[in-house]
Amino acid sequence: MNILVCISKAPDTTSKIAFTNNSTQFDENGVQFIVNPYDEWYALVRALELKETIGGNVTIVTVGTATDEAIIRKALAIGADEAVRIDADPKDAYFVAMQVASYAKAKGFDLVMTGKETINYNGSQVGGMIAEAMDLPFVSLATKLDANGTKLTLEREIVGGVQVVEVQTPAVISCAKGMAEQRIPNMRGIMAARTKPLTVIPAEAVEDLTSYVTYSMPNAKSSVKMIDPSNMDELVALLHNEAKVI
Amino acid sequence: MVLVYINSTTGLSKAALETVTYGKKLSGDVTVITNGSASNEQLAQLGEYGASKVLVDRSVDGEDPQQLARLVAAVADQVSASTVIFSHDIYGKAVAPRLSVRMKAGLVAGAIAVPEADGSVKVNVFSGKAVGYVKVASSKQIISLLPNSIQPEKTGSVCSVEETNGLAGASAINVLETKKPEGNIPLPEAELVVSAGRGLKGPENWGMIEELATALGAATACSRPVADIGWRPHHEHVGQTGVAIRPNLYIAVGISGAIQHLAGVNGSKVIVVVNTDTEAPFFKAADYGVVGDAFDVIPKLTEAVKRFKATQH
Ligand SMILES: Cc1cc2nc3c(=O)[nH]c(=O)nc-3n(C[C@H](O)[C@H](O)[C@H](O)COP(=O)(O)OP(=O)(O)OC[C@H]3O[C@@H](n4cnc5c(N)ncnc54)[C@H](O)[C@@H]3O)c2cc1C
Repeated sequence: MNILVCISKAPDTTSKIAFTNNSTQFDENGVQFIVNPYDEWYALVRALELKETIGGNVTIVTVGTATDEAIIRKALAIGADEAVRIDADPKDAYFVAMQVASYAKAKGFDLVMTGKETINYNGSQVGGMIAEAMDLPFVSLATKLDANGTKLTLEREIVGGVQVVEVQTPAVISCAKGMAEQRIPNMRGIMAARTKPLTVIPAEAVEDLTSYVTYSMPNAKSSVKMIDPSNMDELVALLHNEAKVI
Repeated sequence: MVLVYINSTTGLSKAALETVTYGKKLSGDVTVITNGSASNEQLAQLGEYGASKVLVDRSVDGEDPQQLARLVAAVADQVSASTVIFSHDIYGKAVAPRLSVRMKAGLVAGAIAVPEADGSVKVNVFSGKAVGYVKVASSKQIISLLPNSIQPEKTGSVCSVEETNGLAGASAINVLETKKPEGNIPLPEAELVVSAGRGLKGPENWGMIEELATALGAATACSRPVADIGWRPHHEHVGQTGVAIRPNLYIAVGISGAIQHLAGVNGSKVIVVVNTDTEAPFFKAADYGVVGDAFDVIPKLTEAVKRFKATQH
C-alpha cells in the first residue's frame, strides 16, 4: 500500500502563547515546534504499522518553509520512507489542502492520512478538503484502520459512540486517538533519517480563502472562591444561585 | 440568504437548534437542509428557531460526507445561499471542508460567536489558549459553530417542510455496525461534565464519579493518563490532544490542571476543582475550589446535589 501522511508543525504543547505585530501574528520567539501530535502519533504510526504488515511505502508531506525540515526529519526518524516539502509559508487550510491534493493526484497514492486537527488552529479542515479536491471518499475521526486488498475497514467516532465502516481505496482518512500508540524514534532511526530522500517542490498558485485578522487572549478568571469540604450544600447553592449553571 | 445543514437522524439535537438560531441572527431568510428520519412535525418546529423553510432528503443516511457535500452544495445553489452554516460536530468536521472546496467558499471552523461588525468571526485557537478572528475572502462563506457557543432562541412559529431527493448521488461508505452505549450523554454536547484524573487511584473508584454525574445529569470525562492506562475509554479523554469541550459546568476531581489538560476545558463557563493539594495549578483556572479528598468530598457533593434536586420539584 502506497500511503501519503500529511504532517504539520505545531508549537510544543507547553509553549507560551503570545502574539506580535499588533496581535496579528503568532509570536514564534522561543517556541519549540513539534510534529502535530495527531499527525505523528496516530496517522504516521498507523501508516507505518500497515506498511510493516502488508508492505508498501510511506511518504510524508508538509506544506512549509525550510525551517520545518527539523520536524520532517523527526517523522523520517520514526520510520517514514521519504518526505516531500511543498515550499510555502501557508496561512490557510484551503491553500494547504490544494497543494497536497495536487501533489497526491499526480502520484496516485492508495491512502492519504491526516491527523484529526492541528493543536494550533484546530480547524479539522485539511483532510476533508483534500478528499473533495481529489474526489475521493473521506472517513473522518477514525480510531481504527485495517486494510485488506483495496478494502479499508475503519472505526470512527460518531455522536455518542463509534461506528464500523468500510470504504474502497483510494481514500482520505483523518486519524484520532485509538489508531496507534506514539513511537519514540531510536538512534538508528535518527541516523537513517539523515539520508532519506527529502524532495522540495514549488507551491502552486492558489488564493487564500480565509485569513486571521487579529488574535487575543481569553479573559483571565477572577480569583477562585474556596469552599469548605464539609459544606457541599453551599457549593450547590452557589452553582445554582450565583453561577446559575444548575 | 443563509442555508443551515443539520443532521436530524436522531431527532433535533441542541446543536441543531443552535445552528438554526445562529442562522437567524445572520439573515431573515434561513433555509434548513437535513437528511434522515425526523418527522415532518418535528422538522417544522425548526421554524420556531428561525427557519423559513426546511428541505429534507430522506434517502440519504448521512454517513458519507461526500454525499452530504453534494446535497448541500446543490441546495445552496438552488436557494442562492451566500452563507452555509454547520455545527462543528462530527458532521460539520467531515462535510464543511468538502463543501468549502466544492463551493470555493472560505470556511470558518469552530465559530464561538456571531460575526463582528467587520465581518470577522471569533474562533478558539491554540486549543483554547487564545482566540482569533477569521475573515473570509471569497464571496461565499461557510461557518461551523462550536456546540454550546450560543443558546437556542425561539423567535418564530412552525415553518413548511418539503421533501427533496436526487441531489446527493451514491454513498461510498458502507456502515457495518453502529455501537452506541445507552444513556450516554455525548461529551462535546454536554452542558454539565464531571471529570476525574489520576487522583482517583484506580478504575474501581469511578462509581462515585458516575453517581455524581447521574445526580446532575452530567456527562463523564477524564484526563489523558487515565485514558492511556485504560481506566476509562478514549472518547472521555479531554484536553489538547483529546476532546475540547466548553460546557456550562466542568467539575474536575483529582486532576492537577496541566497546561495540556486546561487547553481543552478552559472554555467552560464555570469550573469547580476538587483536589487534595492546595498548590494544584488547576485552582488558578477555577471559579470554585474545594481542597479535600475526593473520596470524602464527592459522595457529600452527590448527596447535596440530590437534596437540591429534591427541592426543585
Ligand atoms: C504532548 C502532550 C499532550 C498532552 N495532552 C493532554 C490532554 O489532552 N489531556 C490531558 O488531560 N493531559 C494531557 N497531557 C498530559 C498532562 O501533561 C498531564 O500529565 C495530565 O493532564 C495529568 O493528569 P492528571 O491530572 O489526571 O494526573 P496528575 O498530574 O497525576 O494529577 C493528579 C492530581 O490528583 C490530586 N489528587 C491525588 N489524590 C487525590 C484525592 N484523593 N482527592 C483529590 N485529589 C487528589 C493530586 O493532588 C494531583 O493534583 C499531555 C501531555 C503532553 C506532553
